[in-house]
Amino acid sequence: MSDASDDYDDDYGPGSDDGFGYESYEGSDYGDDGNDGFDDVKPESMKLKPYEVAYEVLSVGDIQRQQDKLIEQVASILGLSNQNAMSLLLFFKWNNDRLLEQYTEDPEGVLKKAGISIDDNEEFLYELKPVPGFFCDICCEDRKGLLTFALECGHRYCADCYRQYTTQKIVDEGESRNLTCAADCPVVMNDKSIQKIVEPAVYERYKTLLHRTFVLDNEHLIWCPAPNCEYAVKCDDVSAKDLTSVVPTVTCKCNHKFCFGCGLPDHQPSICALVSKWIKKCEDDSETANWISAHTKECPKCRATIEKNGGCNHMTCRKCKYEFCWICIGNWSEHGTSWYNCSRYDEKSGVDARDSQAKSRASLERYLHYYNRYANHEQSAKLDKDIFVRTEKKMTQLQSTSGMSWIEVQYLAQASAALQECRQTLKWTYAFAFYLERNNDTHIFEDNQQDLELAVENLSSLFGKPIQELAEIKVQVMDRTAYCNRRRENLLSDTAKGLAEGRWKYQVQIK
Amino acid sequence: MSLPKRIIKETERLVSDPVPGINAVPHEENLRYFDVTVDGPSQSPYEGGVFKLELFLPEEYPMVAPKVRFLTKIYHPNIDKLGRICLDVLKTNWSPALQIRTILLSVQALLGAPNPDDPLANDVAQRWKEDERAAIATAKEWTQTYAKPEPEAET
Ligand SMILES: [Zn+2]
Ligand SMILES: [Zn+2]
Ligand SMILES: [Zn+2]
Ligand SMILES: [Zn+2]
Ligand SMILES: [Zn+2]
Ligand SMILES: [Zn+2]
Repeated sequence: MSDASDDYDDDYGPGSDDGFGYESYEGSDYGDDGNDGFDDVKPESMKLKPYEVAYEVLSVGDIQRQQDKLIEQVASILGLSNQNAMSLLLFFKWNNDRLLEQYTEDPEGVLKKAGISIDDNEEFLYELKPVPGFFCDICCEDRKGLLTFALECGHRYCADCYRQYTTQKIVDEGESRNLTCAADCPVVMNDKSIQKIVEPAVYERYKTLLHRTFVLDNEHLIWCPAPNCEYAVKCDDVSAKDLTSVVPTVTCKCNHKFCFGCGLPDHQPSICALVSKWIKKCEDDSETANWISAHTKECPKCRATIEKNGGCNHMTCRKCKYEFCWICIGNWSEHGTSWYNCSRYDEKSGVDARDSQAKSRASLERYLHYYNRYANHEQSAKLDKDIFVRTEKKMTQLQSTSGMSWIEVQYLAQASAALQECRQTLKWTYAFAFYLERNNDTHIFEDNQQDLELAVENLSSLFGKPIQELAEIKVQVMDRTAYCNRRRENLLSDTAKGLAEGRWKYQVQIK
Repeated sequence: MSLPKRIIKETERLVSDPVPGINAVPHEENLRYFDVTVDGPSQSPYEGGVFKLELFLPEEYPMVAPKVRFLTKIYHPNIDKLGRICLDVLKTNWSPALQIRTILLSVQALLGAPNPDDPLANDVAQRWKEDERAAIATAKEWTQTYAKPEPEAET
């Protein structure tokens, strides 16, 4: 993908230019699927679900092409060379709207401010050449045959000094947008002059820095936060002001799923502002949190120590066979037969029951209620994953004896993925619910939350079964997987609609 | 470890063709380290004061700016308690074509034209904006107290 960054910057790609550059969408997205080795992440952008946003994943090459396209667009509108159009764009931090607006008002003034010599001389060669009788003011060298370098302004120094100066700016100071003449002079060093004077590796660095600014300066672009990932994500429909009404979740080509708004891992259905409040709160209360997230509990009946060894919340004491719920330590039969009533925190009865308790105690308990469930799903997701990894290993070992093929066990991989995704969502439903006002809409939200939670625990319980039994329950696993995904979709859709129509009322101020 | 030609030339010129009101002498044991004095510009609150500074030329000089710091206590919105100076040519606007003498001239000019809108010493800048007359009086007082020229005439 690394584009050859040679001198012929103007691309002669057929159809790359149809008068005004229109949308900066990639031509490659249409028709010729799959020739670049990337699978299309959003083939059905026409029918987005309510909680989805349209986006596009850009490789470094794509970013370069978008840059080039923007430069060509500005050049053709203003009748400037690509070089000068690029320098102007850099000066305006890639904001072409502002550039066009200000340029139309005062072209000369804008060119001057941006340090561009007025006559648009594309033929300026930036030659490295000896000049008779030359003395370098920077290093005080005046050897015969000393190579020299100058921009359009004519401030000439020896090539070594100029190279050192430019390299220092790029490599040590990370400068790319605002490189000017080595003299105390505002004339900019454009792409061409930089390429002429520095080593190829430094020029590559310069290109990388430009890509970085291109993404950072554009509110519709974000780098994928996964370590070592070099993709960026483009989301044209979402601006900072929208983040109270939408949770823009994207999946990079590296598979990392994250929030376009804040860069954190997928936190649907909670909006960014509540997520950051919640994280802050959990950090502040980390001591209590530590206590809560302890991995062991006592059996409520016989007090034997019980370690949670899977994601399921349905616990059975090995010693006395008592069945109970990991979350509330309540009797499991109550959960199973009537309803899975473990996700709802009944605020009213809580307050009534302990009216003598101090208010702070009540609020801590309320927080712990939500935190406990939040942390539980986080931990359970890990345990589910562990089980899957172990199962997968055993499967491969048993493949020959059991006669099961690799394809046949893929339903387990799908179930595992669904569990991971649903628990991630559940986790954040608790952070979201923590901040919701108690009203009817919130009850509906919590009903959806319960439905999903029940679905997830039902699937998770199958997951812990011994490997020999897994083949027999394949259909059941598949059904429950599908059901989980449906419940998740329901919950996310309804929450997203609520966000869009401003249905949710919070207990805290959201800017 | 040998001194670059550029530094040698600059030093020679500072001695042979000194800037009026500015004195810069390199240390004998470290030719990159200069003892500097700058006279307070006339018509400024620093008039009559002689301010001591230190100037150091880093390894990368002239690709990076010299390090300059006031040693004499001074009441000025762009100079903080540690003597650090907020001056664009010492930071982002540095160019390798600038020299020690041009930098010191800029420092002297800064004494003549304090800029409380781009402050380094916030408390001083605040006062400068709220009650300029009082601030100037303090600056004069400090000049009298801390920047008095030494009685022994320097040769
Ligand atoms: Zn030179
Ligand atoms: Zn110049
Ligand atoms: Zn990525
Ligand atoms: Zn977010
Ligand atoms: Zn027990
Ligand atoms: Zn329970």
